[in-house]
Amino acid sequence: MPNCLRTCAGSVSRAGSDAMARMTMIEAIRSALDVSMGRDENVVVYGEDVGFFGGVFRCTHGLQQKYGVNRCFDAPINELGIVGTAVGMAAYGLRPCVEIQFADYMYPAYDQIVSEAARLRYRSAGDFTCPLVIRMPTGGGIFGGQTHSQSPEALFTHVSGLKTVVPSNPHDAKGLLIAAIEDPDPVIFLEPKRLYNGPFDGHHDRPVTPWSKHELSEVPDGHFALPLGKAAIRREGASVTIIAYGTMVHVAEAAAEETGIDAEVIDLRSLLPLDLDTIVASVRKTGRCIVLHEATLTSGFGAELTALVQEHCFYHLEAPIMRVAGWDTPYPHAQEWAYFPGPARVGAALREIMESR
Amino acid sequence: MTDQPLRFHVPEPASRPGGRPDFSNVVIPEAGSVRRPPVDIDPKEIRDLAYSIIRVLDREGQAVGPWVPDLDGDALIRGMRHMMTLRAFDARMQMAQRQGKTSFYMQHTGEEAVSCAFRIALGPEDMNFPTYRQAGLLIAHDYPLVDMMCQIYSNERDPIKGRQLPVMYSSKAHGFFSISGNLATQFVQAVGWAMASAIKGDRRIAAAWVGDGSTAESDFHAALVFASTYKAPVVLNVVNNQWAISTFQGIARGGSGTFAARGLGFGIPALRVDGNDYLATYAVAQWAIERARRNLGPTLVEYVTYRAGAHSTSDDPSAYRPKHESEGWPLGDPLIRLKQHLIALGAWTEERHKQAEAEILATVIAAQKEAEGHGTLHSGGKPSARDIFEDVYAELPPHLRRQRQQSGV
Ligand SMILES: Cc1ncc(C[n+]2csc(CCOP(=O)(O)OP(=O)(O)O)c2C)c(N)n1
Ligand SMILES: [Mg+2]
Repeated sequence: MPNCLRTCAGSVSRAGSDAMARMTMIEAIRSALDVSMGRDENVVVYGEDVGFFGGVFRCTHGLQQKYGVNRCFDAPINELGIVGTAVGMAAYGLRPCVEIQFADYMYPAYDQIVSEAARLRYRSAGDFTCPLVIRMPTGGGIFGGQTHSQSPEALFTHVSGLKTVVPSNPHDAKGLLIAAIEDPDPVIFLEPKRLYNGPFDGHHDRPVTPWSKHELSEVPDGHFALPLGKAAIRREGASVTIIAYGTMVHVAEAAAEETGIDAEVIDLRSLLPLDLDTIVASVRKTGRCIVLHEATLTSGFGAELTALVQEHCFYHLEAPIMRVAGWDTPYPHAQEWAYFPGPARVGAALREIMESR
Repeated sequence: MTDQPLRFHVPEPASRPGGRPDFSNVVIPEAGSVRRPPVDIDPKEIRDLAYSIIRVLDREGQAVGPWVPDLDGDALIRGMRHMMTLRAFDARMQMAQRQGKTSFYMQHTGEEAVSCAFRIALGPEDMNFPTYRQAGLLIAHDYPLVDMMCQIYSNERDPIKGRQLPVMYSSKAHGFFSISGNLATQFVQAVGWAMASAIKGDRRIAAAWVGDGSTAESDFHAALVFASTYKAPVVLNVVNNQWAISTFQGIARGGSGTFAARGLGFGIPALRVDGNDYLATYAVAQWAIERARRNLGPTLVEYVTYRAGAHSTSDDPSAYRPKHESEGWPLGDPLIRLKQHLIALGAWTEERHKQAEAEILATVIAAQKEAEGHGTLHSGGKPSARDIFEDVYAELPPHLRRQRQQSGV
């Protein structure tokens, strides 16, 4: 299985322990928080059910016990308040890393994110800054219905002043989260919840392989940061480029294997800043491009990617760019697998793009 | 059983244009009549204070009762000069806007005591999260008038590089958080800032500011929840100047007797104070600040005042309230009241007042000349167009670098 680990130039910077450990995505996130809290006493972690219990997805389990209630605590069910207070804390000089229980519940906080966190540095000409991370589980596939399944990344990438990150595996989750916490600006950290416990490839009818069987569950034990804005090529190929992030990276890999089409799969890791160089180099090589995301199609981040590929690779394209995405409907409960753009839909797109001349 | 159909209720102010000013709904206790509890009092014991008005200056200009603060004649004269400076500043900037030197201005007329007195009670390390109507926080902290004006003119020396609407100042060094323009967002940020100070075990406290109308925003309620839960060292200030543009305070207040009373359900002690009384405002601010500093948690303070001028240079209040409503305002004018007190104390005279007025005007005009030397909105020195790409992020990301190249600046 050509599950290529090649990351783009200089993307891994390590300090401290070189020891590796097998981790799930949850453990990797927890480890990133732990390492960050251990290194910098200004890092504080809070959110709904985050303190004593350790989060509904267990990402903050044990942090309150280890670092005390001053550093990790439960918040009222008030997303506006969670982000609003975090903006004030960040302006004070702390590095809050807050959790919104599900991305679907970030809307009450949206004004604080867009008008405040994202704008503070600009409107004060650098007098006040907002080094803040907002973590939130995204995506469907857990029978969460329309209120536990959304992928609102485009609502963040459209906002100047924010960075938006989506990891696809434990290794990256840890490296990117540490980088996000150390970043001087607000970072939205979207965690595909269907990947928490395994590299889900969209085959919902098959047993999930655990992370322990996947090479990207090998995570450095200590501190390591992956720079924001560097994509990774997960599978090298010559015929077509699939641009994906989060869960869809695994779906793209599965579709490539199953169709036997020699696809190159790019895992963006960070949507903004975006690694345009890696995208352009790949599409100029393959001449074909599929843009893939779980979020709804219209005005999705895929539209931005499509526009960029068109602007930068037009004369290398041998076929129109295709988009595969969630349908433009709310995320349905019982029919979530009809909604989810799984390997069959991606496979069909791969065949179609290879036929067009 | 009733056969009456349901009725929809929309609150209405006591009078409208053409009517006579009517403030009979503002019940005003005698100066000196409200008790001063110890700061560590159980909030349950002082619920009545959320419905009263703490006042110090009586009709004769005497300071009376338990809230008389420890401000000597010199300190009061300084306060007088701060308020006079703010009023003169307002007048000049209002005129500058009329002359087309800037796009917009907002005055403080009638509300000068609130921010000027509060700033004096606050420490140098503390942080205000102000609205656009608290420039007294800067003036009473000796922030340079020229810098304020350069911001208003969005000129080449604007400390925030022409990025914000006039009066949306920002100065970390002067404990003045960058003003957002989105109402009430900063009320909850102040709570977060205060929580951070407590988390770090520091000694700095925060002051949140919001107008009567903006208390209706969810941010206000979020702030009270968090402040109450974590006992944040913050003073939650509500400036009730009776109006929110054209909307009278009853639309935001609804069935709650007062804005201060909003704190009661959260167990937050709430005081209501005569916001046109420099001494009472200072004394109440001091009480609330001491509570915050002594780990006793947040205090909600409602300043009862009146917006004597228009909301902004884009507003004409004669369209929605009686033309002479401000003359009927029962708490008077904060400058006249402090002046009367200073004279009663023997620390001030009419002549000294006139002299100070002339001096202050000269200072403000000199600052204005200097600021205009650096440009106004439509002429002279401007911030660089290149600057629009800076400070979006700490470092310019590739897409903004491409756009800056494209823009040709
Ligand atoms: C979120 C938001 N909604 C609406 C506005 C437009 N607006 C600006 S000032 C104002 C009135 C505010 O009144 P109040 O809170 O009483 O403050 P005051 O102007 O009286 O000091 C309104 C509606 C805004 N700036 N932000
Ligand atoms: Mg008002």
